[in-house]
Amino acid sequence: MDVRSQISMTFHLDKCIGCHTCSVACKNIWTDRKGTEYMWWNNVETKPGTGFPSRWEDQDKYQGGWELDKGKLRLRSTGRKRVVANIFHNPNMPTMDDYYEPWTYEYSTLFDAPEGHDQPTARPISMVTGDYIDVKAGPNFDDDLGGSRVYAENDVNLEGLPEETRQQMFEIQRLAFFYVPRMCNHCANPACVASCPSGALYKRGEDGIVLLNQERCRGWRSCVPACPYKKVYFNWSTGKSEKCILCYPRVETQQPPACHHSCVGRIRFLGNVLYDADKIEGLASLPDDRLAEAQRDLILDPNDPEVIAGAKKNGIADSVITSAQESPTYRFVKEWKMGLPLHAEFRTLPMLFYVPPLSPVLSAAHHGPTSLESDELFHEIEDARVPLQFMASLFGAGNTEPVRYALRKQYAVRMWRRYKTVGDVDEETAMRALREADCNPDEAEDIYRLTSLANHQKRFVIPPAQREMAIEMMSGDTHEHKGSTGFGFRQDTIRV
Amino acid sequence: MSDYLLFAILPYVALALFFVVSITRYRKNAFVFSSLSSQFLENKQHFWSTVPFHYGLIGVLIIHLIGLLIPDTLLWWNSVPARLVVLELTGLALALIGIVGLGMAMMRRLNVRTVAVVTTTSDWVILVMTMVQMLLGVLVAVNHGWGSSWFASSASPYLWSIFSLDPNIAYVAAMPLLVKLHIINAWLIIAYFPFTRLLHVLVAPFPYLWRKRQVVLWNDNRKTKRIP
Repeated sequence: MDVRSQISMTFHLDKCIGCHTCSVACKNIWTDRKGTEYMWWNNVETKPGTGFPSRWEDQDKYQGGWELDKGKLRLRSTGRKRVVANIFHNPNMPTMDDYYEPWTYEYSTLFDAPEGHDQPTARPISMVTGDYIDVKAGPNFDDDLGGSRVYAENDVNLEGLPEETRQQMFEIQRLAFFYVPRMCNHCANPACVASCPSGALYKRGEDGIVLLNQERCRGWRSCVPACPYKKVYFNWSTGKSEKCILCYPRVETQQPPACHHSCVGRIRFLGNVLYDADKIEGLASLPDDRLAEAQRDLILDPNDPEVIAGAKKNGIADSVITSAQESPTYRFVKEWKMGLPLHAEFRTLPMLFYVPPLSPVLSAAHHGPTSLESDELFHEIEDARVPLQFMASLFGAGNTEPVRYALRKQYAVRMWRRYKTVGDVDEETAMRALREADCNPDEAEDIYRLTSLANHQKRFVIPPAQREMAIEMMSGDTHEHKGSTGFGFRQDTIRV
Repeated sequence: MSDYLLFAILPYVALALFFVVSITRYRKNAFVFSSLSSQFLENKQHFWSTVPFHYGLIGVLIIHLIGLLIPDTLLWWNSVPARLVVLELTGLALALIGIVGLGMAMMRRLNVRTVAVVTTTSDWVILVMTMVQMLLGVLVAVNHGWGSSWFASSASPYLWSIFSLDPNIAYVAAMPLLVKLHIINAWLIIAYFPFTRLLHVLVAPFPYLWRKRQVVLWNDNRKTKRIP
C-alpha cells in the first residue's frame, strides 16, 4: 500500500444552474493574458451538446486518454513508441478551429465614427491577428441549446443510443438538458503527464495537483491531444502549453480555488482523499463497464488504522489525515457512492467526481408531476427524459448501474425530505424508498445536510500545505521564500 | 588575411557565442527554450513544411557528421563508384526534400495570417540563413562533384584542426567560392543559433524514451520528512 493524499473535487450537478460564474472567476484570474484568451480552464457545458472544444469526447478524432493493448495500458496518441515520428508534426493536435478564434470588438468606432444617419457599430476583431473576423464559434455557443440540430444532436454520447431513444430526447416541448461544469480532473493516471516528452508536466506528490512547468515545456504539444478532457491548452503566443493549476496558491493557504469559491449554486465540494498509488495501474486496466465503480476502490478509508499507519509511513502529516476524514468528496464518492467520474473509459482515473443530475431527469417524465401511485417507486428514473443510457455514457463508462444507484439514492433522499417537511409522502413510502435505494434515515439526513445546508467550511476541507516545513528542509530558510507563494514568471514570457 | 579571419577567427567567435549564450540562457531564462510550434494555428501546411524540412535537414546533417567523425570509413565506402553515387544521390535528395519543406515553411509564415503574427524577426533571419545554407550545399554538390569524399579528406581535417585549437586553414583556403560561402554561413548560423528558436534542438527530449511514464514530484524530501 502506497498511501498518497489527493485534493479531490465533487460537483453536484443537480444544483448547477449553468451561470458560468466559475468560468469567469477563473478567466479573470488566470487566462486574461495574450495567447490564453481562448482557454477556459474551467467551462460549463450544456448536455446534450458538443462541448468545448467541439466534440471533445470523440476520441476517434482527438485520440486522448489510454487504451488497452493486450491488457496493457497505452496512450492512444503519441506515446513513447510514436514520439520520434510525431515530434515534428503531431497528427492528433487540435487546432484553434476546434476551439474558436478569440475576438474583441472595435469599440473605438463607437466614439470615433463621424456623425451620420446610422448608429456606429463595433465590429468583431480577432485577438490573434487584429483583423476583422466573422465570429462562427465561441466557448459556450451550445449554451442551453439542448434541442439544437447543430450542437445537441452532435453530442458524442448519443452515438450508442438506439434511434428511438434519440428521437424521444429531441421531441418538441419535452426536451431536457443539464449542465456539466468541467475543469482539469487532476487525474491519478494522467495521460498528459505520461505523454510529455520534456517531463514538464508532473503530479505533485503531496496533494496530487497536476502542474506544468513553464520553464521545462518545449512546445512538443503531446499533452494537448493526450488529455482526453482537452484541458491542456496550447498558448499560441508563448508556444507552450498551460493548464488549470487548481489555484494552488490559494489551496496552499487553505482557500478553495476561485471556481469553487465563486460557485453560485454551491455545487462544488473539495476535500482531500487518501488513495493507494499501487492500485492505479490495475484499476485503470479493468474492462470498461467496471471502471466507474472501480475508481472507488482507489480511495482508502481515512479512519482505517492500517491506512493511517500507511499514510504516516509515507510522511503524510496528521493534519492531512484529519482533513481526509472530514472530506466531502470522501462522503459523496466512497460512503454514499453518489459521486462518479466523468468518462471513466478514458482510463486516466479522474479525481473530479460528479453527482449525476436528478432534476432534468425527472421533470416532465410523464407530462405531469411526479407520481407516487406506482408500486415501482423509481420508475421515473427508468423512463426519464434524459435516458439513463445517456447519463451512463457520461458518468458510468457505459454502465447504467452506478448511475442508477446514484439517482435512486438522490430520489429517495428527496422523498424522505418531502415526508419530513412537505408531508405529501407518507412515512411508509419514504422508508421503503430509502430501503430500496440502499439508504437509511441517518444517511439521508447527512446527504441532505451536506447537499443543501453545508457552509463554506463543510464544503471545502483543505489540509494545510505544510510548505513552510518543506522549505525548511530544502533550504533551511523560510524568510528567503516569504511572499513567494504563487504563480508567476521570473522573466517576461516573450518569444526569442 | 581575410581567409584567416573567416576560417580561423570566426569559428572560435561562433563556438564561443554558441556555448556561452546557450548555457547562460538555459541557466537564467530556460523559458526561451522552446520549439515555438505554430501547429495549433495552422495544421495542414504545417505537415507539408515541417516534416520534409526536419527529415531532410537531419538526414543531411547526419551525413556531414559521418564525414566529420569517421572520415576513413566514408572514404572506404566511396572507394566503390556505385556506392559513392548512391551516397551522393541520397544526400542530394535529402537536401532537396529539406529545401522544399523549408520553402513551404517560409510560404506558410508569409501567407497564413495567424502564423505570420507569431513569426519574429529572428525567425525570418534564421529561416533565410538556413535556406541560403541548404541552397549553397546543393550548388556545391551539383557543381563540385563527389563532395562526400572531399569533405572527408579536406573539410573534416579542417574542422578537427579547429576543435583541437590549432586552426589549419590550408585545407579550405584552396576551396572553390561556393564551398567557402557554405562554410562561412555555417559558422554564422552557429553564432546566431543561441539567439533563435533553434535552441529547441539542444533540448530534444531523448530522456522520454527511457524515463518512467508518470512524473510525481514531492516538494520535500519524503524520506526525511518530519511529522508534526
